Amino acid sequence: MGAYEVNGTVAEHDEEGYLTDIGVWNTDLADMIAKAENIDMSDAHWEVVNFLREYYEEYQIAPAVRILVKEMTKKFGKEKGDQKALYALFPYGPAKQACKIAGLPKPTGCV
Amino acid sequence: MADETNTKKFLYINRKAPYGTVYALESLEVVLIGAAFEQDVSVAFVDDGVFQLMSGQDTAGIGMKNFSKTYRALGDYEVRKLYVERESLAERGLVSDDLMAITYEDENEDYAEKPSIHFVDRSEMTKLISEHDVILSF
Amino acid sequence: MSTLHTVNKSPFERPSLKTCLDHVVQGDAILLIEDAVVGARKGGAFAEALSHKQASCSIYVLAPDLAARGIKAEDIAEGIALVDYGGFVDLAAGKARVCAWL
Repeated sequence: MGAYEVNGTVAEHDEEGYLTDIGVWNTDLADMIAKAENIDMSDAHWEVVNFLREYYEEYQIAPAVRILVKEMTKKFGKEKGDQKALYALFPYGPAKQACKIAGLPKPTGCV
Repeated sequence: MADETNTKKFLYINRKAPYGTVYALESLEVVLIGAAFEQDVSVAFVDDGVFQLMSGQDTAGIGMKNFSKTYRALGDYEVRKLYVERESLAERGLVSDDLMAITYEDENEDYAEKPSIHFVDRSEMTKLISEHDVILSF
Repeated sequence: MSTLHTVNKSPFERPSLKTCLDHVVQGDAILLIEDAVVGARKGGAFAEALSHKQASCSIYVLAPDLAARGIKAEDIAEGIALVDYGGFVDLAAGKARVCAWL
């Protein structure tokens, strides 16, 4: 257990760094979580994070990696909907690491 | 799809209403995780299980996550055969229009949206059970 | 290619047994285990439905669960066979699939 602190607000997270309350998420918080993960957020990173948040909003789950790849391909084209490209952005796994930055719970099925 | 010789037919049977017990949510999570193994998956809704697909679920008042929206993601996971038993609906005073519309995009037909839910009568449900290799009950 | 159906809830508590009986086909086997064994008692409300089903299916009850609940073998409805845990395994192995009614 612990908490992220940004601009005076405190956001609690679990032992793996996932936010306990997805409602407290904001972009400053995302930047801070990314920093803790050694990720410098670029536009490409934001595209993935925003996509995950939209997917979660619609379906109440974070998609598995292969679903993320498939849906990113549909939306942004083959270059971005590519597993290697996604792992280049999020070395510890696009679903796991990007979800953490997006303030979402750990994806179903991720151990 | 996986090589047909390695593909087994899985049928998940859901018979519990959501929220009162954890069966419905657990079943949904197992279906989503199991989808990674690229088997031939069907999901059946019998008895109170039909309530899992009710449209207009609002869990704000009970402080639980409304996971009904997640059924609509099943198509992305290639789970596209949902069977609802007509008799179970009728016994509960429900009609097909009381359920959510759940569709999938058919990549072989330019991503045309097609319905995932099939309404079957009891004898068809019975036949479905005897046509599957593995039955998982929730 | 038949199915072993297991039921583990009392028919007086849940519709599991009724739903099971509604979804069996000729040649299937039904095994009552845990609390479901209470439905097998002679003279009980479900004895007739179980007897009726025997025309198309074989019906079994798990003896240790029966004994645990103080129901004597001679008090179960006619035609229902008793099996032990080994018999449960044999039944499952002899069918193409197992379907649990919870």
